[in-house]
Amino acid sequence: METMTAGDGRSLRTALRRAERARSLRGLGLALPLVLFTLVFFVLPIAGMLVKSVQNGPMPAIMPQTSALLQQWRGTDPRGLPDEAVFAAFAGELRTASQDRTLPELATRLNFENAGYRSLLMATARRLPEAPAGSWRDTLVGLNPQWGEVGIWAALGRASTRLTDGYLLAALDHRRDDNDRVQSTDASRSIYVASLLRTLEISAIVTLICLVLAYPLAYRLATLPESTANLLMILVLLPFWTSLLVRTASWLVILQREGPINEMLQWLGLIDQPLELVFNRPGVIIAMTHVLLPFMVLPIYSVMKGIPPNYMRAATSLGAPFFTAFRRVYFPLSLPGVTAGCLLVFILAIGYYITPLLIGGANDQMVSALIAFLTLQTLNWGLAAALGTVLLVITIALYFVYTRVVGTDGVKLG
Amino acid sequence: MGQRIRGILLWTVSLLVLAFLVLPLLVIVPISFSSASFLSLPIPGVSLRWYEALLTSPAWGRAILNSFIVGAIATVIAVALGTLAAIGLHRNEFRGKALLMGLLISPMIVPIVIVALGSYFFYAPLGLSSSLLGLGLAHAALGAPFVLVTVSATLTGFDANFARAAASLGAAPLTVFRRVTLPIIAPGVISGALFAFVTSFDEVVVALFLTGPLQRTLPRQMFDGIRENISPTILAAATLLIVFAIVLLLTAEMLRRRSQRLRGIS
Repeated sequence: METMTAGDGRSLRTALRRAERARSLRGLGLALPLVLFTLVFFVLPIAGMLVKSVQNGPMPAIMPQTSALLQQWRGTDPRGLPDEAVFAAFAGELRTASQDRTLPELATRLNFENAGYRSLLMATARRLPEAPAGSWRDTLVGLNPQWGEVGIWAALGRASTRLTDGYLLAALDHRRDDNDRVQSTDASRSIYVASLLRTLEISAIVTLICLVLAYPLAYRLATLPESTANLLMILVLLPFWTSLLVRTASWLVILQREGPINEMLQWLGLIDQPLELVFNRPGVIIAMTHVLLPFMVLPIYSVMKGIPPNYMRAATSLGAPFFTAFRRVYFPLSLPGVTAGCLLVFILAIGYYITPLLIGGANDQMVSALIAFLTLQTLNWGLAAALGTVLLVITIALYFVYTRVVGTDGVKLG
Repeated sequence: MGQRIRGILLWTVSLLVLAFLVLPLLVIVPISFSSASFLSLPIPGVSLRWYEALLTSPAWGRAILNSFIVGAIATVIAVALGTLAAIGLHRNEFRGKALLMGLLISPMIVPIVIVALGSYFFYAPLGLSSSLLGLGLAHAALGAPFVLVTVSATLTGFDANFARAAASLGAAPLTVFRRVTLPIIAPGVISGALFAFVTSFDEVVVALFLTGPLQRTLPRQMFDGIRENISPTILAAATLLIVFAIVLLLTAEMLRRRSQRLRGIS
């Protein structure tokens, strides 16, 4: 069979493929600005955060000699106090750091290891003599007996590498002890895993309540005539377009002691004392459900709209009672929407910050609030970045499931 | 009979859920017109004093202006880049496309505090922290996926033969885009722009991390107000924002219907 040829003699198929490839490349060229912009202003900052979560701090730059010696010391076993060379190098570099004014930075880093090491370092630097009285070891121990304990040297040792797993361990409530063995943190200080679990718990409850509320509403809307459904849909979309802070402020007003809910319940005689509905868990769950409900209604509704009504009619006409027909025919067909809605609401919920912060109490804060607190208040950026990394990993895992189950085309708006 | 009871039950549940969605927004509207400073119903008298306080306060004025500047920067960038990308990626299948789309959509789902934290570290050395431009750039990255999604949806019904016809009649590619493609996808572009603007206009977490007192935006101002002491002035601002949301929503809804009509879907 003779192959068809294009004008220049090549086979038509080759020419077509070339043209297709050129079109595809042109299209990619059009997408390139957005790709670059997203890489620079979205991916790069997040990558920077990932790097921050394993970056150790200024110790290797400020005390290079001590850092190198401490690395050797960390290799010894059993580990006693470091030898005189380490003490001497440390005393020399402590003086330099104090003169160069780089010491406060280092002291802040050391304080993350143990609150109190900051003042230990600063006070020792102030009183450090020019020359040792005897050995540097005796001199330093003479200034403060803590220098004769392994704890501070182990802490300096942990700070002396360029990279560390310390922040990531801390974000999971673990730490390295004085012999660099990974241990779980004391129960009294284990706040990060608890906060992650609380975040997942609140998100799961909110997702479940959203599903229970959204499913019947979506079913009602999907089985109504188009024009009526569109009209009611506006009511679903209104909160979606309204500022998050407006909605949070409304809930603060509604749930407060003198708010309409309490007044109505008192008027009805159901309660004598106003209920505490705000600055606690129920308040957070009610407000978050309100904010996230449209994200559950929309995907379920759009899947239900595609289910032909004939299927249910066929099932009931064959004698199935309504609920059997619903359970066996309609519900399985609506499941893709349910999955999409649940994943979307859960993914959005685990990142919530503002609503729990303003409506919750101290025990209702989610992991985002902790990250913000560590960044803006205690300036422990390594730990903040490590917690951010953990949160990001959870989100990406869920997003991966979402794209597998729903696909990126499934992200629809209104 | 069972069917009727089911119908009534379904309507009751649906209306209750709709009430749960809408009523909380309406509660604050009357309180914002109260003559008293306490936040409960019924109000003792009607007055516009809180609106006066809002509109004459330099702090609120500054915040509103800042929000519009940041929103404008974010929207212009997001619309330009998002529309181009949507056109380029439409009916363009290649290996790794799912991954690329996943990347471009990801700003919609990554927890906002992570974006804020990353930007906090990233912008400071560039001199972009504590600047409206920096906040606008961060918001543009968050808003662009919305434009990509809405324009892609409009393109699904776009008949490529229109563009081919124009090109075969001798129109240059840019002319084809301006005179044929753009008018047809305009509803998608505009509703994408609305989404991008609202994303920026409503965003508070990145603003908390990136702005100083001079760059305070409207949500940031409200956030501080709610945190310190929630006053009727905040409810007045909230009421204005609800009106604004209704206008935006109705515009978006109108555009969606117009677009469906143009593409012959409905």
